[in-house]
Amino acid sequence: MYIPHPEPWLADETLGEHLERRGIDRRDFVKFCGQMTVMLGLGQSMIPKVAEALQQVKRPSVIWISLMECTGCTESVLRSADPSIGDLVLDLVSLDFQENLQAAAGHEAEAALQAAMKENYGKYILIVTGSASLAEDGICCTIGGRTANEVLRETAAGAAAVIAVGACAHWGNIQASKPNLVGAVGVSEIVKDKPVVNIAGCPPIADTVTATVVHWLTFGRLPDTDSDGRPLFAYGARIHDMCSKRANFDAGQFAESFDDEGARKGWCLYKVGCKGPATFSPCPIFLWNERTSWPIGAGHPCIGCTERQFWDNMTPFYARMPNVPGFGVESTADTIGLALAAGAVAGVAAHAAATGVHRIREQRRARELPVVDRPPEGPRHG
Amino acid sequence: MARTKLVVDPITRIEGHLRIEVQSENGRITDAWASSTQFRGIEVIMQGRDPRDAWAFTQRICGVCTVVHAVASVRAVEDALDIVIPPNANMIRNLIHGMQFIQDHVMHFYHLHALDWVDVVSALKADPAAAAKLAQSLSPWPNNSEPRFRQVQATVKRFVESGQLGIFANGYWGHPAYKLPPEANLMAVSHYLEGLDWQRDVIRLHTVFGGKNPHPNFLVGGMASAINLGDTQTINAESLSQVHAMIKRAREFVEQVYWPDLLAIASFYKDWAAIGGGTRDFLACGEFPENDIRELDSLYFPRGIIRGGDISKVHPYDPAQVAEFIHASWYEYAGGNEKGLHPYEGQTTPKYTGPKPPWEFLQDQQDGKYTWMKAPRYDGKPMQVGPLARILVGFASGHEDIRALAKEVMDRLQVGPEALFSTLGRTAARGMESLLIARRMEHWYQRLVDRIKSGDTSTWTGKAWEPGSWPKQAQGYGFLDAPRGALGHWVVIEDGKIKNYQCVVPSTWNCSPRDAQGQMGPYEASLTDNHPLVDPKRPLEILRTIHSYDPCMACGVHVLDAAGGLITEVTVQ
Repeated sequence: MYIPHPEPWLADETLGEHLERRGIDRRDFVKFCGQMTVMLGLGQSMIPKVAEALQQVKRPSVIWISLMECTGCTESVLRSADPSIGDLVLDLVSLDFQENLQAAAGHEAEAALQAAMKENYGKYILIVTGSASLAEDGICCTIGGRTANEVLRETAAGAAAVIAVGACAHWGNIQASKPNLVGAVGVSEIVKDKPVVNIAGCPPIADTVTATVVHWLTFGRLPDTDSDGRPLFAYGARIHDMCSKRANFDAGQFAESFDDEGARKGWCLYKVGCKGPATFSPCPIFLWNERTSWPIGAGHPCIGCTERQFWDNMTPFYARMPNVPGFGVESTADTIGLALAAGAVAGVAAHAAATGVHRIREQRRARELPVVDRPPEGPRHG
Repeated sequence: MARTKLVVDPITRIEGHLRIEVQSENGRITDAWASSTQFRGIEVIMQGRDPRDAWAFTQRICGVCTVVHAVASVRAVEDALDIVIPPNANMIRNLIHGMQFIQDHVMHFYHLHALDWVDVVSALKADPAAAAKLAQSLSPWPNNSEPRFRQVQATVKRFVESGQLGIFANGYWGHPAYKLPPEANLMAVSHYLEGLDWQRDVIRLHTVFGGKNPHPNFLVGGMASAINLGDTQTINAESLSQVHAMIKRAREFVEQVYWPDLLAIASFYKDWAAIGGGTRDFLACGEFPENDIRELDSLYFPRGIIRGGDISKVHPYDPAQVAEFIHASWYEYAGGNEKGLHPYEGQTTPKYTGPKPPWEFLQDQQDGKYTWMKAPRYDGKPMQVGPLARILVGFASGHEDIRALAKEVMDRLQVGPEALFSTLGRTAARGMESLLIARRMEHWYQRLVDRIKSGDTSTWTGKAWEPGSWPKQAQGYGFLDAPRGALGHWVVIEDGKIKNYQCVVPSTWNCSPRDAQGQMGPYEASLTDNHPLVDPKRPLEILRTIHSYDPCMACGVHVLDAAGGLITEVTVQ
C-alpha cells in the first residue's frame, strides 16, 4: 500500500519549483541526488548533473496497477529508505491510480483510472505489480469484472514505458512455478511494443524502484539492463561478490549449521545453503528498510529471489550449491576448508583472502550509502 | 425507492481483489454476495518440496500478513517432526509477530479504514487552534499542536485547490454519513501522515531478526539470527537496543495516537454499534505462546469458541470440527459437491462455471456459484474470526487485561457488551488488542534479554533438521491467530517431502460464500444485518463494514489436492 504525500506536484511546475514550494531544503535535495547517483552506479562528478536535470523536470504521470500478486511489493515500496525527503520521486510523480489506496471504490475507482489514462495518453509511466495469468482466458484473476491481462493490455497501450516491479511482474513468480496451474507470466510476455524494465526480487528493495524512476526523469529513458531486463545499476553484481561475509568465505570460515560457533561469529552461510553465488541483486549494497540489515546479515542464507524460476532452481533452499568458484582463488568452499585444516597452503589462502577483502572493500566503498539517521529512542517529530 | 442492484468492484483499500454485489431497497441492504476474484494455486506448487522450505512458499500467499503464513508453516512442520524450539526463538517470534500486529492494525486504521469515517475535505473548515485543543485533551502526543495542525491544513488546502486529488480522487467527500466535526477530521488527517513515517521505522524490528520486510526470513527449529553480544555480525547489544527503542516508539504511538483517536472517532459513530454485526459465532485459535506452542495454557490470547453471541461461556475449539464446503465456489469434489471436507481430506479441483469476462453480475448464475473462496464451517456453522473473536473469547475466558480494557471502552462510549457485535465493535476490538500487544512487547523483550544475561543465547535446535532422522510419514498442524484472525496450516510429510499442504485462512472464514444450507459468510451476514445504504451511487456504508474486517484476499484463496495428485485442468463451461 503506497501512500503518497498529499501535496501534489502541479502539472506546470518544475521539480525545483515544487520542492521550494513544499519547503524541502536544497541540501536535502542534493543529498538525495547524491544517493541516487551512487545507487545508479554513476560517478560522484555526475551528482550536480543529476541534480540539475531533476530540478528542471516537469511532473510525469504514473499509473500503478496491481494484478495477480500478494501486495508485498507495494508494502516494500512503502518502506523506502529516505523518510527525510519522503519517498521523493514516488511522492512527486502524480500517482493517478493505485488500487490499494484509492479513497474511491468500484465504478468511481474505474472512472479515476480511465480519466488518468485519457489525460496522459502516450506519456505516463505504468508501474505493474503482480503477474498476468493466461490459463482459461484469464479467469483466475479479474478486476472490475475484467481479466488482469485485459487491464494490463489496456493500460500499457497508452504508456510511455513500463516498470515491472517484483518477481510476479518480472516472470510470474511463485504462481508460475511448477506446475503453474494458472499459466502465470510476467509483464514482458504480454507487453511487447513498449520498453519494459524488470525490478527483480520477491520483493525488490524500494530504492531500486525509486532510482529507476529517477533515471527516467533524469535521462529520459529507462536504465540499461542485463539480458533479463534487470537494470544493471542494481542487478549487475553478484551477491557473493559484494557480500559482507565474503572475506569469511575466502578464508574458509563457515557456519556448518545454524546457531553453531561459526554462525555466532557471523561467518559465511555457503554451507547452510546460501544462493548468493548465483544471485544478482543489490541487497548487500542497498540493504533493507532504511539500511537496517539484509537477509544474509541477519544470519539466513540468500534464497535467490531476484532470479527467474528461483522456486524451482534454487530449492531446496538449505542445500549447498555445488562447486562455487572462489574470488581471487579458484577453489571451492570445501577445498579451502580442507586446505586450511591441513595447513598446507594456509599462507596462500590467507593472502588470497586478504586480497579479496581489499578488493571487496574498495568496491563497496565506491558505492557506500550513508546511514539513515534515526533517533535512539522517543517519538519522532516532524 | 426502487429496488437497486449494485456492484462494488474493485473494493479498494484492501489487499487483493474483492467484489461485492448487493441488493438494496429503501436505503437498506437486503441481500449481499462477496466474491474473491483471484486464484493462484500455491499449495499445489508446494507438493513434493522440502518441508523446511515450506515457510517461504506460504509466506508468499500474502505480503501484507508477511509474517503469519511463515510462522504457521514452521509451527506445522515442527509439530509434524516433534521439534521444540529454544525459548529465545519463541520470544523472537513473538516480538516479530507482535510488531506485525501493531504495524498492520495501525496502518489499517489510518490508511485503509479511516477514509470511511474521516472526511479529508472537511478538515479544511477546521480551526487549527480548536483542533489542537481537542487533541491535547485526548493525549499528550507532542505533535498535537496548533502549528502542526495549521501546517497540515495548509497542505490539504493546496492539495484540494490544485484539483489533482490523486488517490483521493472521486472519494465520497461530503457524504451525509460523515459525522466528525472538522477539527476531528484535521486531527485524524495529521495522524494519517505521521503514521506513514512511524510504520516505516518500527517494522525494522523484522529486519534486525529476519533481514528484511516484507518477507523476513524464518527457520524450522528456531530462528537464523544467532545471538552473540561480542560480535558485529550477529544479534548483539546494539541491535537489541535498537529493537527496544522500536518497541517503545510502537507503544507510544499506539497509546498516544491510535487509541485516543479511535475512541474519539467512535464516539461520533455510536449508531454503528448497532449495524453490521452479522455472524454471532466466533472462533479464536489463540496466540503468543509464553512457553512451547503445545502448552495451550501459556497463550496470551486464549483459544476458544463463542456460540450465538453468548459471552457468558467459552466452548473448546477442536480442529477436527473444521470442514470446507464448495456449494457456491468454483471447485468440484470427487465425492459430491455438497459434503464438507476436513483439511486433511480436502480436495481442490478448480472448475470455473461463471460467465466469460467482462461480466456485469456474478451472483445470478444458475448453479449459484460466484467466488474462488471456499466456505469453511466449524461444526457446520460459519465463524467470524479476527480481533473481535479474540477479544470476545478473552472476555468470556476471564482474561484480566481484556476485561479491564473492554470495561474502559464501554464506560467511555457508554454502551453495553452488545455494542461489540457490530461494525464499530470490530474496529474497536482491533484497537484494543493493539494496545494489549504494544504493552506486552516489553515483557517478551525483557524475557529475551534476561535469558541472554543468564548465558542462554541459543536460537535454534538441530534436532530433526536432517531428513534422514524423520519418520517415513508425519503430519502436523500449525496454528496462529493472525491480525485478521484464526489461521491453520496442515502439512503431511512423506519420504522427506511435502505430500499435502492445506491452509485455512482468516479471510476464507470471513469472506466465505453461502453453503448448501444457505448460511451466509460473515461479510455477507454483516452487510445484511440492519445495514443502511443511503446512496447506492456512493456506497460508503458498504466500505465501512467490509473494511471493518480488514480483508486480505490473497490469503483467502488457496488450493490443495490432498489426495496428492496434481490438478492440471481448469474447466470452463
